[in-house]
This record gives sequence, C-alpha cells and structure tokens, in this order.
Amino acid sequence: MKKTNDLILQTVTKVISFIIILFSIHLFFAGHYTPGGGFIGGLMTAAALVLLLLAYDIKTLDKILPFDYKLMTAAGLLIAVLTAAGSLLFNVPFFTHAYDYFDLPLLGETSLHTAVLFDIGVYMVVIGITMTIIQTIGESE
Amino acid sequence: MINLPLLPILIPLLAGVILMFFPKRIKAQRTISIISTVATIAASAVLIAEIRQNGIQTLNLGSWPAPFGIPLVSDMLSALLVLTTGIVTLAVIWYSIYYLEDEYERYFYYIAVQFLMVGLNGAFTTGDIFNMFVFFEVFLISSYLLIVLGGKKAQLRESVKYVLINVISSALFVAAVAFLYGVVGTLNMADVSVKIAELNDPGIITVIAIFFLLVFGLKGAIFPLYFWLPGSYHAPPIPVLALFGALLTKVGVYAIMRTYTLFFYHDTGYTHMILGVLALLTIVIGSIGALAYKDVKMIIIYNIIIAVGVILYGVAVMTPDGLEGAVFYLLHDMIIKTALFLLIGIMMAIAGSSHLKSMGGMIKEYPWIGWTYFVAALSLAGIPPLSGFIGKLLIVRGGFDAGEMIGPLIILGSSLIVLYSAMKIFTNGFWGTPKEYTGAKAHLASRLWIPAAVLMVIAIAYGVGAEAVRPFITQAVEPLINPAIYIEAVLKE
Amino acid sequence: MEFLMCIIVGILFASAVYLILSKSLLRIIIGTGLLSHGAHLLLLTMSGLKTGAAPVLSDNVTSYTDPLPQALVLTAIVISFGVTAFFLVLAYRTYQELGTDNMEEMRGTESHD
Repeated sequence: MKKTNDLILQTVTKVISFIIILFSIHLFFAGHYTPGGGFIGGLMTAAALVLLLLAYDIKTLDKILPFDYKLMTAAGLLIAVLTAAGSLLFNVPFFTHAYDYFDLPLLGETSLHTAVLFDIGVYMVVIGITMTIIQTIGESE
Repeated sequence: MINLPLLPILIPLLAGVILMFFPKRIKAQRTISIISTVATIAASAVLIAEIRQNGIQTLNLGSWPAPFGIPLVSDMLSALLVLTTGIVTLAVIWYSIYYLEDEYERYFYYIAVQFLMVGLNGAFTTGDIFNMFVFFEVFLISSYLLIVLGGKKAQLRESVKYVLINVISSALFVAAVAFLYGVVGTLNMADVSVKIAELNDPGIITVIAIFFLLVFGLKGAIFPLYFWLPGSYHAPPIPVLALFGALLTKVGVYAIMRTYTLFFYHDTGYTHMILGVLALLTIVIGSIGALAYKDVKMIIIYNIIIAVGVILYGVAVMTPDGLEGAVFYLLHDMIIKTALFLLIGIMMAIAGSSHLKSMGGMIKEYPWIGWTYFVAALSLAGIPPLSGFIGKLLIVRGGFDAGEMIGPLIILGSSLIVLYSAMKIFTNGFWGTPKEYTGAKAHLASRLWIPAAVLMVIAIAYGVGAEAVRPFITQAVEPLINPAIYIEAVLKE
Repeated sequence: MEFLMCIIVGILFASAVYLILSKSLLRIIIGTGLLSHGAHLLLLTMSGLKTGAAPVLSDNVTSYTDPLPQALVLTAIVISFGVTAFFLVLAYRTYQELGTDNMEEMRGTESHD
C-alpha cells in the first residue's frame, strides 16, 4: 500500500486528544446536577482514543496505553454493581444513593455523592466496551 | 431483608462480572458458576417462602416511590419461574462441564450463562414495562453469544437469522412501549393497568395489545411467528439448546401471560380470541412438525412449539382453571424439556449423529438412559400421575368451562401426537438391533445421565406431589385473575 | 411538529423494511439500524415534543420537559449500538466463513439438505 501523508492529522491529534480527554473529564464531574455524566464522559474519552487510533495505529496505541479493555469493562461493571449493592448493607433498596455537603479545601462547599462511584464504573465500562468493539473490528482487517 | 426480590438477579450478575476477570481458567469458571447458581436457587426458595407468608414482595429500586421509580415485583408466579430457571440452569451447567470441549468453555460460555440468568430472572421479576425490555436485551445478547459460540458454518448462518429476528422484535418492542407511553403516560405495570382502566378507550388499547402480542409472540414462537425457531435452535450444541428451549420461549409466554392479564383484560372478546386461535394453530403446526421429522433434535424442538400453544390456550380462555393449568404446565414444561434435551444429547453423544437412522438398540447397553427417557416421554405427553397430566387437565377443563369444544379437543389430540413423536425416538433409538456407535463422547454417557435424572426426579415429584404444589400455583394465579391484588401490592394505596 | 415527526418515522420504517427485505447482509444491517432509529424517534414523538426548560434541577423554572422519554431513548440507543456492533462483527465472520453475504445462499439447515 502506498504510504499516505498523515502528518497534519498526527500533529493535530497530539494536541486535540488531550483537550478532548480534559473536556470529557470535565463532563464526567459536571454530571450530577448539570448535563454530563459517566456515559457521555466515557464516550468522549473513547472518541479521543479512537482519534489516536486513526492517526497512528493499534500497536502505537497499545504502547501508549497498555490496557486490556475487556478487563477494564469487567472492573467498571464490578465497581458499578458493588456501589449499587452497597445499599444492601444498610438494608435500604438497591441503588439507593447517599450524599452530603463537605467543606473541602480549594473547592469550598461541595456535595459528594456515592453516585459518582457508580458513574466511575459506567465511565470505565463505556470506554472498555467502545474500545473492545473498535479493536475487534479493526484487528481482523 | 427488603432486597430479597433482587437477589436472584444480583447473584448471577456479580458472578458473571467476577468470571470476566479470568475467562481462561476453566476450573474456577465452573466452580463459581455452580456456587452462584446454587445460591440463586437458595435465594429464590427463601423468596417463595416469604411470598407464601406475606404476599407479594415489592422493591422500589433507588428508593424512588412507585409509580415514579422502577419497582421489582415478586409475586408467586415470578418467584416460581425464577426458581425453575435456577434449577434448569444448574442442571445445564452440570451437564456442560462434561459435554462441552475445553476450548468452548474458555470462550465466555459460563459468563454468558450467568448473564442469561440475570436477564431471565430480571424479566420475570420486573414491574416496569421498559425495564422488561432492558432485561429482554440482557438475555438476548447473552443468547447471541451462546448461539454463535463455536463458529461452525451452520451456526454462523443460523445466528444471522436469529439475531435479525430478535433485533426486529426489539425495535417493535420499543415502538409498542412508545404507543403505550403515549396513551397512558406511565411505565410502571401496575400503574399502566390502573390508567388503562380509567381510559375507557378499548380501540386504541386493542391495537397496543396486538402490538405486544407480535413482540412477545416472536420471542415465544406462536403460530405465524415461529418460523425462525426450528432452524436457529438446531444449530447450537445441546446444552445451549436445552437452555434456549426451556427458558427463552417461556419468557415470551410469561410476558404474554402478564400483559394479557394485567393490561388487556377489558376487551377480551377480540384480543383473547385472537390469542386463542393463534395458540391452537401453533399446536397444529407444532404437531405437524413433530410428526414429519426423523431427527431427534427437530422432534423435540417442534414439541416446544406445541407446548407454547397449549400454555397460551390456557391463558386465552381466562378462566381460573385455564390460568392455573397454564402456570402448572409452564413450570412442568421448563423442567421436562430440559430433561428431554439433555437425554437426547446423550443419545447423540453415543450415536455421533442426531438422525434416528443412526440409532437403535441402545437399551441393551444403556438401560438407565432408556428408561429415564421413557418416563420423560410419558410425562411430556401428560400420562397420569406424571407432571404433564395435571396442567393439561386443568387447561382442558378451563376450555370446557369457557364453553369451547374445539380447543380442548385439539389439545387432547395433540397429546397423542406428542406421545407418538416422543415414542418414535424411544422405539427407534432404544429398541431394535444395536448398531456400531462411533460417538466420540459415548464414554461420558453415565456421567451425563446424572443431571438429566435429577431433573426427572424433580419432574416426577412435581407431578406426584401436585397436591402439595397446588396451593403455590393457586397463589400464583390469584394476581392473574384479579389484577387488583398486583396493583395494590405495587402502589400500596 | 409531531405530525412532521410521524411522517419521518413512517419514512424510516418504510426504508428499513425495504432494506431488510433485500438480499445483501450489509444492507439488512443498515435496515435494522434505521428500524431502531425509527422506533426511538417514535418513542420521543409519542410522549409529546413538549417545550419547556431542560429537565435539570435549577431554581425559578416551573415547567420541565418530560425527562423520561429521553432516558428511555438513551437506553434504547445504547442497546441498539451494542447489538449493531455485534451484528456487524457477526456478519463479517459469516462472510469470511461462508464466502458470501447473500442471504439467498444462506438457506436451510443440515436436516433440510
């Protein structure tokens, strides 16, 4: 195959992918009271990874981020299920979440919510699943 | 313990997630699967005891009160189905340990079985119609994995059709939920029932009822929609086929049973007549198929279709006897079909083929398997005092009570055909002159027989001990006859 | 607006049926995609395209859009996304194994032969 010129894409990707990942993390934390959350954040992070994948190739991505995405999916599911199942210990219905307001340094008064833990699970599952799908389709070519 | 109705969903879910961390370690996979399934059975047994004492158990997930949140509603019917699902799955996992090649087990087999159980138990337990769709998808996606696992040519070819049919029916399910939500503005099944009663607009409700019949009929394989079933179920190996045949079509049947007794009971003249006619046609088509084939898998597969018709006829007549018979027969059929599939799996393992031509005279070498099969066949046809008898008796009586003649007669006639088709396997497979058998797994026969025999013992106990089981079935039918019980338990007015 | 949406849903369903009835596996998969999109749009339309504030908790807003259909559609989209991905991989494997993507040539089972 003729070698294609992807210099522009590669250079832009180096900058853009970090911006996308930063924004996805912002979306993730914005989640509870404003639009955003684990699912959308995860999807956006996965989009950044897919951009890297397009600009470079699977091997390079493996070298930068040596994750097993199937394990990541499993870990995310486990976190999500265990967070939800935590309510079993307090004998309240499954999925019941707890929250409270804390005075944190720098951030001031912040509401901390157990739903964030659940969302971290969702975030990981979404990245894991999306990357597994992309890799499965990509590898067989 | 207010989370009790959730445990049969949560235990296999946790087990499935944990199994995902080490898919290649077969021993650990087997052990954890069995532990989780036994735990699920134990949890559902406790749940049944609880329901027997205190009535319907509900759980509002996330502490959002009904009708705003998603409730889990365990009445006796769903709890009994959850228990039976657990028993069937345990037997199949036990059987798979010996039957399947190691290579097969390494590719997420046990994980898919656990997630299948999550989806089934969830669909049986949930009290929210959209949540039911989600649980349907959970077990469907697991079933896609199970049907394609192995990657043989026939499997790939058939799984394309299976996936296509189910994707279409899922899209229709979403559309049906859309219509329902547009009309009543709620998804909580008890609340939907209340709103439909207030609405007093039978026309639109009938349209939605037929829509739901299409969706669940595709899953449950009723008459015009059964066409995908024989081909797709023929492709995967026996343990997967046993799971599919015993459980997947039954979810469709359960969903029809639930929606047609809870939502669409106002204008039964139209909807239930259609359901009844389709059920009878299903029986006829299934009988023709069961007579026509000389392939053991195909004969039993067509028997699934007959059973679906028989159960749905019991639902369609909507008399207490008919419904009670339907529930009784539903549970019986789940157990006996699994046992039959496991038994013909042994026959195929011995003969190395699924065609009756390659079998004969097995009773000489494997008398135990032969006689177990004989009892299973009699039970399938409904010979007293075995478990198929009581269910069919009640359904037929329900049909006569409703003033119908043709329906009960077709069911009685189908029993003869079921008996003939099952005995065809017995006479051709076990009698006659023994043949040279080349099956690679023949030496496993006695080990494979144990789970099938355990299931048969349960089935016989279920039939002989019908007197003891009857109160549970009666309690299961109460909310079907009188939806107010269900509604009150969920909305707690 | 609802009227327009209903027509679009109809067009989506019609093209989906046309594609699903064709012989090429890839077209069939695109058809299932259109079918689920039609169903999702129907779900949004049937529950009413109300105007109002975003269904997010904030002060001085009294009229909210019904958040439930959006949650339902999101769930359904995610599911159909996963299933479509699976279906595509399955179709690719089938094409590799059987050497065809023509449904006409994928008829029958062994017992019918």
